[in-house]
Amino acid sequence: MTPTRYAIGFLCAFGLASTAIGGPRETLVDRYAAAAKAADPGFSGFSAARGETLHRTQHNTGKADTPACTSCHGNDARSAGHTRTRKPIEPMALSVSPARYKDAAKVEKWFKRNCDEVLGRECTPLEKGDWLAYMTNQ
Amino acid sequence: MNIPARSVVAGLLVIGLTAAVLSKARAGGDDYFPPVTDKLTIDECGSCHMAFPPAMLPAASWRRMMVELEDHFGDNASLDPQTAAHVTRYLVDNAADAGGRRHGRKLMKGVPAGASPQRITELPKWVREHDEVSRSEWQHKDVGSKANCPACHVDANDGYFEDD
Repeated sequence: MTPTRYAIGFLCAFGLASTAIGGPRETLVDRYAAAAKAADPGFSGFSAARGETLHRTQHNTGKADTPACTSCHGNDARSAGHTRTRKPIEPMALSVSPARYKDAAKVEKWFKRNCDEVLGRECTPLEKGDWLAYMTNQ
Repeated sequence: MNIPARSVVAGLLVIGLTAAVLSKARAGGDDYFPPVTDKLTIDECGSCHMAFPPAMLPAASWRRMMVELEDHFGDNASLDPQTAAHVTRYLVDNAADAGGRRHGRKLMKGVPAGASPQRITELPKWVREHDEVSRSEWQHKDVGSKANCPACHVDANDGYFEDD
């Protein structure tokens, strides 16, 4: 076997591992997808681009000091953010914080709190899936 | 006289370590509040702000705070019932007037018995201790909030709140 073949074999195996064998994050995304589909039969998958828009938009519909996700998380998802008491928040991008998004209850807890703070309402399953798609891409 | 270099080094090391221990012990007097050691309490309280030592408030304060989490200084910080019960128990058991009494007496000066103050930063003793901090220092971008103890008390997370 040539080194190239080894590389291709490795990449295939890696690709399979990260898609076919779903971890807790994939299970959570599947759950959001099912809920998004139930809400809108035309649902055709999550979009990292929509997630980025959600993340960056100045919504101004929640609390005055947190008009956007970026108010605390910062403009670069690969960098640390900070809470309003200046406590650092580990980067949200999966590439730099690979331990994130494995605990569904924790993810749900923070969506509930933060969507309420920023948007003044709960996030929809579509928004949650889009946002996770963005962070997974980062 | 012939003193081996190794003895000199060992001697200096002992002196250095003693000095370090003594300085911590001094801080461990008036300015020491045992840090939170309970993992769940660290996680739940410490994700938005420093997990404040339970000996900084009396048990009545913690009990009230934990049933008013839906409006926690303007934020909804509510927890599921099991988590809330666990955290409440830990905070109450180690409150200024409970397990943490030895350390907690300090901040309780001027707090009426049975009162349930919610802001550590409004305790009379706290206010007095911080009267030398200027408005511009509070507004410094690295401070940002009176809840940000470690900005000035660099060892706050280890329980040491000496003047820095």
